[in-house]
Amino acid sequence: MTQFDDVVIDIQKLSFSRGDRPIYNEVDIKIPRGKITAIMGPSGTGKTTLLKLIGGQLKPDSGSILVDSKNIPALSRSDLFGVRERMGMLFQSGALFTDISVFENVAFPIRVHTDLLEDMIRDVVLMKLHAVGLRGAHDLMPSELSGGMARRVALARAIALDPDIVMYDEPFTGQDPIAMGVLVNLIRRLNHSLGHTSIIVSHDIQETLGIADYIYIIADSKVIASGTPEELSRVESEQVKQFIQGLPDGPVPFHFPANDYEDDLLKGNR
Amino acid sequence: MDQLALLGRKGLDKLAAFGRAGMILFQSLVAKPQPLVMFPLFVKQIYFIGVLSLIIIVVSGLFIGMVLGLQGYTILVDYGSEQAVGQMVALSLVRELAPVVTALLFAGRAGSALTAEIGLMKATEQLSSLEMIGVDPLRRIIAPRFWAGFICLPILSAIFAIVGVYGGSIVSIDWLGIYDGSFWANMQNSVNFYDDVLNGLIKAVVFGFVVTWIAVFQGYDCIPTSEGISQATTKTVVYSSLAVLGLDFILTAVMFGEL
Ligand SMILES: Nc1ncnc2c1ncn2[C@@H]1O[C@H](COP(=O)(O)OP(=O)(O)O)[C@@H](O)[C@H]1O
Ligand SMILES: [Mg+2]
Repeated sequence: MTQFDDVVIDIQKLSFSRGDRPIYNEVDIKIPRGKITAIMGPSGTGKTTLLKLIGGQLKPDSGSILVDSKNIPALSRSDLFGVRERMGMLFQSGALFTDISVFENVAFPIRVHTDLLEDMIRDVVLMKLHAVGLRGAHDLMPSELSGGMARRVALARAIALDPDIVMYDEPFTGQDPIAMGVLVNLIRRLNHSLGHTSIIVSHDIQETLGIADYIYIIADSKVIASGTPEELSRVESEQVKQFIQGLPDGPVPFHFPANDYEDDLLKGNR
Repeated sequence: MDQLALLGRKGLDKLAAFGRAGMILFQSLVAKPQPLVMFPLFVKQIYFIGVLSLIIIVVSGLFIGMVLGLQGYTILVDYGSEQAVGQMVALSLVRELAPVVTALLFAGRAGSALTAEIGLMKATEQLSSLEMIGVDPLRRIIAPRFWAGFICLPILSAIFAIVGVYGGSIVSIDWLGIYDGSFWANMQNSVNFYDDVLNGLIKAVVFGFVVTWIAVFQGYDCIPTSEGISQATTKTVVYSSLAVLGLDFILTAVMFGEL
């Protein structure tokens, strides 16, 4: 495992469970500053949950989550809002505010956190929308966008304030190949020119391997592998190979924990 | 034994929910005021919650007033005191029917809409994304809706009473031929500002508080799925209606009874 020079998010011995089901069990994750880190794993393993834990929307059962050495679970409500000003998050569903236009959605964080004049807000918003290819859509309502477009508007909103840390929850899902290429470039460009720290949650393996500096693979409430894309491609573990090559059968379970299949089917015939 | 445990469990769940509801109310109302941000949001909610409920309130008030006029007349005419119908219409409306019926209609019209709206915002992660932008959804979403509901219900109740009296007068004076001088004079003599109007208003204020509180809490606390939202909406209507009727009895006992 590589040692990082500068760690911006340091997760130590994190445990979290939903009811009786453990999602994380004493997990350690370090996110390097200014790099693109990918979190990968089968769906339902808790990738979105991890982002919500980092953002302080969920509290871990135990362990610490240090963002710039502030322990998120221990912060007061107002300190937490202060830390969040420096984070941008792209939600899986986009989560645009449905009662205001695309323009106002992107302008929202700017209006909340700055006193910029209306002219400047307009320029910033149009620039961000241009970056995701949707400047022409600025006066549409969110209900008039397709899923992929909504996700791109949400991306423009997430980066509106040029946050230090941007978390992307499945940014590539539902994008056509062209938009996908643009998004990959955009994320890389933001990262390199502005020095953002990016965390990408994804299961688009090829795109993610191409863009990430460092990758964590999560399964069974643990980190099963981590490393740079080259390091991971050399890992011998069956579990990791299976995941990277996208095979349904292997040590990484494709199925949600369940009773024995045969028993379940036979039970119906009693 | 299991039954008892289940009962205890349910009781604890309800108690915990009540505690969460209290916390939500406290956190959304007790905060540094930001009038410039809050006022436009508040006005928008007054429109959605109050103005859009006007039609149902006016129409219901009119019909209830007319029914009161008819029923009052048929009872009072047996005793030869049909002149007192104005007094009966006004007192029933101001003391009871205006606040109670308005609150019940309000729970169905505005309360359920509030719950569904907030629940949908939760399900589509809009509340989470507000939080991540650094805006407290309790203050941004819950507080303006709470205040708007709290303020609108007493006003709607007053409108209900006024329209109801007008409906009663149409039936009594125009249709049943009661002398209009005695209709209005009887009403003026018997309706007391403190005992009747003010007590009716207090009821409406209490109902406004309770119904809106239930509605915003159910929305904020719902399970963020379509099924969860529909359950929460149902709960809003059921709980608010029961709360309104129960509280009405208690308030009436305190205000008009010999307690
Ligand atoms: N609000 C919730 N209540 C209960 N369980 C949840 C909730 N949200 C997610 N889960 C469970 O937590 C697990 C991890 O969810 P999530 O982090 O969304 O997975 P993913 O890795 O696909 O993003 C899932 O199996 C899901 O069943
Ligand atoms: Mg997810």
